[in-house]
Amino acid sequence: MPKIILTVRLLMVLLAVPALGQLMGLRAPSTVSAGSSFSITTTGSGPATFYLLGPSHVVKQTIQLGQDLPISGSDVGASGSYQAVACDSVGCTSTAFYVLPSSPARLSFLVHPSRVPVSAGNAINATALVYDRFDNTVLAPTPVKFQFSSSGAAPYTRSLATARGIAWLQLGSSSKQGPLQVVASVGETAEPRVIQQVASEACGLRMQAASSSRSVRLQTDPIRDCSGNPVPDGTVVSFTKIDDAGRSTVDTPIKKGVARAQFAVSGRARISVACGVVLGNEISIGGEP
Amino acid sequence: MRRSLPFVIALVTAALVAAGWWQAGGYRLRAERAAGTAEQAVRALMADIQAHNWSDAYASLDHANGLQESDFIREVAGADGSLRTYSVLQSFEVWPLHADANHSTQRVRMNWSSAVGSLDELRDLSVVRDGSVWRVLWAKPDFPNVPLQVLPVNYLRWDVVGHRSDDWGAGSVDSPRVRITSMNAVERPDRVLILGEIENEDTVPAYLNVNATLLKPDGSSLEEQDSFDAISHRLLPKEVSPYRIDFPGLRLSQLKSVRMDVRALLVPASADPVISVENQTIDKDALGRKILKGALVNQSGQTANIAQVLAAFYDSSGKVIWVVDGYLDQALLPQAPVPFAVSIPDDVAARVQSYHVVVNHYTAPTA
Repeated sequence: MPKIILTVRLLMVLLAVPALGQLMGLRAPSTVSAGSSFSITTTGSGPATFYLLGPSHVVKQTIQLGQDLPISGSDVGASGSYQAVACDSVGCTSTAFYVLPSSPARLSFLVHPSRVPVSAGNAINATALVYDRFDNTVLAPTPVKFQFSSSGAAPYTRSLATARGIAWLQLGSSSKQGPLQVVASVGETAEPRVIQQVASEACGLRMQAASSSRSVRLQTDPIRDCSGNPVPDGTVVSFTKIDDAGRSTVDTPIKKGVARAQFAVSGRARISVACGVVLGNEISIGGEP
Repeated sequence: MRRSLPFVIALVTAALVAAGWWQAGGYRLRAERAAGTAEQAVRALMADIQAHNWSDAYASLDHANGLQESDFIREVAGADGSLRTYSVLQSFEVWPLHADANHSTQRVRMNWSSAVGSLDELRDLSVVRDGSVWRVLWAKPDFPNVPLQVLPVNYLRWDVVGHRSDDWGAGSVDSPRVRITSMNAVERPDRVLILGEIENEDTVPAYLNVNATLLKPDGSSLEEQDSFDAISHRLLPKEVSPYRIDFPGLRLSQLKSVRMDVRALLVPASADPVISVENQTIDKDALGRKILKGALVNQSGQTANIAQVLAAFYDSSGKVIWVVDGYLDQALLPQAPVPFAVSIPDDVAARVQSYHVVVNHYTAPTA
């Protein structure tokens, strides 16, 4: 009789062994590239509910334990820490893994300012942020190529590696006005930006006067900055006339490179010209009384 | 009873009509039209102008100087989309300056209610006796007679095109770079003023507004105002505008500091018209007040309907000590000078060393 009891106990233990080998478990790779499909290995048996918790996405599905669970690349688009959880009638088990950004696929590129005076040192700031195709910032150092080209000057290139996803540089403007195209590129991806290099303050402002019996017509020489760039049309030039009748002023915009004005004159008059903070020459005229 | 009812109804109707006439100022108008004295003649004329009775007003005038009705109406009612065309005579005061048996000089202060606020006009009127009545001799307006000419105009315009992108860095067109070049807090008996000048340092036109926040000694905000219309909002590159911000009922002793804030926007703009400010002098008006006067000349070929003069006054150290603005009720026709005057407080005028006048204008869109 004791032998029969022992045999029954052994039989029960042997029947229980397979069940011990099928405890519920999940095993995932420690890191995955964003957008890549992969599998999570499950152990155990029977049905369970599976949850995938990501930074911006949650997946819930019923699975069969003991089979590999395929995870679609679209479920792991956002980089960051993920947690996989499986629950059955007994309890839950989980595992964590990390999704890394995939290869660089997109650039955000800011060039500041959009208008810059010529010959200004370190006035241009170009900043590029590198993303993968799921808009994850690519944190791994990535070479970014900045190409600068402007009319009348040879294009040149500077290459920088990103630090925590950002590559930036400062540079001065050239001495010649006109558009400066800056292209940032990573691999096949390129983002162009254009900034305008504009003339600086007027330099050597001079005017000529042509007087008739009752009026004087004033016209400046072509107004240029100290690098020889024409000051943009529309820039206001102020003419001031002082005579016995008082002070007369006219703010007139530059048109076709020069500014013109006209004053009525009676007697002697002194006329000056200014553009912004720059003073030009002064003319004295003696009109008819 | 049946016979008396129509009579009663007619009586009540007549009483109501009379009451309405009285209420509408008919009695006062009739009294003012009875020009038995010089002052009554002026009052009658003003009443007609107030009621837009141009024909009656013109008929009441003395026509010895050959004044045409059309010229009178053009001067009083305005023309060419000027500010006067958007104005009505709100009130007037009349007082005598000189009088003899046949001639009198009456001074009238007209208060016009206009689209930009209240405007005062002071005018000395000659009044002459014509038999038993007095008639105003309205000075013949001296409208400029610009000879026919062809004026070449090279239009210069800026337009803002495209749209901002939502992508970071893609829509990167900076706002215009503007700078407050001076700021001064001034105390007047009834208010605190923040005065100064602002310059567009960029190469594109800017639409700007200046805000001032007065801060208490504990750093908290006391009051915030913007420059409203006491600034030229649209500045071309390198153009400078005075600004003035009023804080009524405050004292400088209540403040610790002022925080200035400038908002500049890219806007489409035109460089025309060019308006010169001629013959600027500081003088006294008929009331003995200090004024800055001069004339505006529209040097372009397009009429500027409404013009505003903004003047900044500097002391000997170059600090802005006063900013004043004034609207002109006449339109600026091409090449035609239009006089202007803005008043300066006497205590400020004594310290004025220099001044800068700019012109703000509104031109109605043409069809």
